[in-house]
Amino acid sequence: MSAGQLPRWVDYGLIPFLNLVAAFLVSGLVVILIGENPLDAVKVLIWGSVGYAEGFGFTLFYATNFIFTGLAVAVAFHAGLFNIGGEGQAYIGGLGVAFACLALDQYVPWYVILPFAIVGSAVAGAAWAFIPAWLQAKRGSHVVITTIMFNYISFSLMVYLLANVLKKPGSMQPETRTFEEAGRLPFLNDLFPSFGFGYAPVNLSLFVALAACVLVWLLIWRTKLGYEIRSFGANATAAVYAGISPVRTIIITMLISGGLAGMMAINEIMGSQHRLLIDFVTGYGFVGIAVALMGRAHPVGIILASILFGMLYQGGAELSFEMPNITRDMIIVIQGLVILFAGALEHMFRPTIVRLFTPSRALAAKEA
Amino acid sequence: MKKFLTIGTALAGLAFSVAGAAAADTKPAVLYDLGGRFDKSFNEAAYTGAEKFKEDTGIEYRDFEIQNDSQREQALRNFAKRGMNPIVAIGFSQANAVEKVAKEFPDTQFAIVDMVVDLPNVRSILFKEHEGSYIVGMLAAMASETGKVGFVGGMDIPLIRKFACGYKQGVMAANPNAEVFENMTGTTGAAWNDPVKGGELAKSQFDRGADVVYHAAGGTGIGVLQAAADAGKLGIGVDSNQNGLHPGSVLSSMLKRVDIAVYQAFEDAENDTWSSGFEVLGLQEGGVDWALDDNNAELVTDEMKAKVEEATQKIISGEIVVHDYMSDESCPN
Repeated sequence: MSAGQLPRWVDYGLIPFLNLVAAFLVSGLVVILIGENPLDAVKVLIWGSVGYAEGFGFTLFYATNFIFTGLAVAVAFHAGLFNIGGEGQAYIGGLGVAFACLALDQYVPWYVILPFAIVGSAVAGAAWAFIPAWLQAKRGSHVVITTIMFNYISFSLMVYLLANVLKKPGSMQPETRTFEEAGRLPFLNDLFPSFGFGYAPVNLSLFVALAACVLVWLLIWRTKLGYEIRSFGANATAAVYAGISPVRTIIITMLISGGLAGMMAINEIMGSQHRLLIDFVTGYGFVGIAVALMGRAHPVGIILASILFGMLYQGGAELSFEMPNITRDMIIVIQGLVILFAGALEHMFRPTIVRLFTPSRALAAKEA
Repeated sequence: MKKFLTIGTALAGLAFSVAGAAAADTKPAVLYDLGGRFDKSFNEAAYTGAEKFKEDTGIEYRDFEIQNDSQREQALRNFAKRGMNPIVAIGFSQANAVEKVAKEFPDTQFAIVDMVVDLPNVRSILFKEHEGSYIVGMLAAMASETGKVGFVGGMDIPLIRKFACGYKQGVMAANPNAEVFENMTGTTGAAWNDPVKGGELAKSQFDRGADVVYHAAGGTGIGVLQAAADAGKLGIGVDSNQNGLHPGSVLSSMLKRVDIAVYQAFEDAENDTWSSGFEVLGLQEGGVDWALDDNNAELVTDEMKAKVEEATQKIISGEIVVHDYMSDESCPN
């Protein structure tokens, strides 16, 4: 029952779609239980996330975060590694962005700072992934355990740094000073006023994210390193036999993964908040796992899944604003159901669909 | 009647730099911080104040719980666009968002708790947590038999250090030889809602000899007070009156009246007596206080009561100055 038995549009399109429908049906039941009309709820959710330009801008803003963290998880997937440290890597990535912006924003414009911010965030995120990677490669300590432990270390480190070292003196807020104009990425609304994104914080880093998608695709499917990563992920023993160094593959993959997660901070810190603050990651790193699962670890799938989760975030906020009965916890329930059906129960519909599609394909093969 | 209203509004406009909306238009709104409406502490106090206002006046209010930082501005703007007025933002993290949105809606009144936003249409409400903490610190030191007391904070941020610093000063004032143990719960938002860890921290402080422990940790504190009750020691509550959670085991509670601040903001908008600017609420203004009721009456001896009342008077008169951690970001001793 491997993926190869199904046409690609079924594997990448129909099955995720069915999972999604199932998730929404169950969510609808929950909405009925708390006494609201599920159809109205869906209407508000869709309208709030894609129905008007500003809402769509928010959706794209969240999607930008998810593309970075989704790609980070996906790259590691291809090498058979499960990086759940995206949360911490993105948090530390914020340090890289903030250092670039704080150091340069008085001297040079944003387009000079951006490359430094990209490199800074990627290096910081990668550095945070290095020790778990090294421990996995050299000592066999499982990255699932070590990366999640490193999340907690990063939380402590950042609270310490923000409350003691980077904070504005005399301020109650554990955050750095706000960047000068030059340290802020332009909002898409300022670049393309005709789209009417309004106050939505979607910014130039959306294009950085899309560029990252192309680069990841090239890396995984068009380079020698990508081949090594995929081989190692498919069958580590065979890969070693074929002369691929496991230590090198694990460490390089994790560095790339951590770097991508770290780059999420460009969107949040340089693109939207314009200062480094505590808890700015608020779960984007973890949602990246679901995004990568839903997107089948392929950049195109990740973009689509990111937009879906962006819709759930933005539409969800709109929903709890319009229907106070539906609290933010309800939104998390809906997100959880999507993750459950898309990720954990992925195989629920698959056997039936494989049965549906197999006879015709077998017939076609005979005729050919 | 309408004429009176108009005159009233005009007068209010003259008396205060910001003209209030007519009373009938009061559509108050509250924006909670990441902790959420029912955090058993800070945000919940705001909710209590808003609910009380609704009960007293029958005026409906809107509220919103954010999920991430990007929603702060979005929610404030959503409220303002819908004509909500006044809009009260809870927590110091809202400052940047309030500053931005208040500029966009100069005719809407905003209030922010725990932070200063210097704009003509923003009321900044600050509390002298150090004064209230000083008083409960004195109580803790006087009730302690071992001369060792504890403090459990939520997260190691300036606001909580302010609580801890005031507490320590109070302890030392009552017993200069006392020892204070200080622990923080965590480094993420979860630190405000982790009663299990709070209980463990309290137990470890009891093991080190403490017999009174004060918490400034939101929902985490429920575990601290529980652990104190289980171990037969004393806990001290925070923000709202938590004496009744474990009658006889909660020495007192340091009250931070966010509920009054929210109620007041709503009421001022309703009565056209809104004023912007700073509002610093300490012992004198009743913004912070310590709780004494039937649940802890037996724990607080007349001598203790007399001493803290004396200290309260001295703080109000300025004879005792409780050092504010935020003034120079350090704590004496």
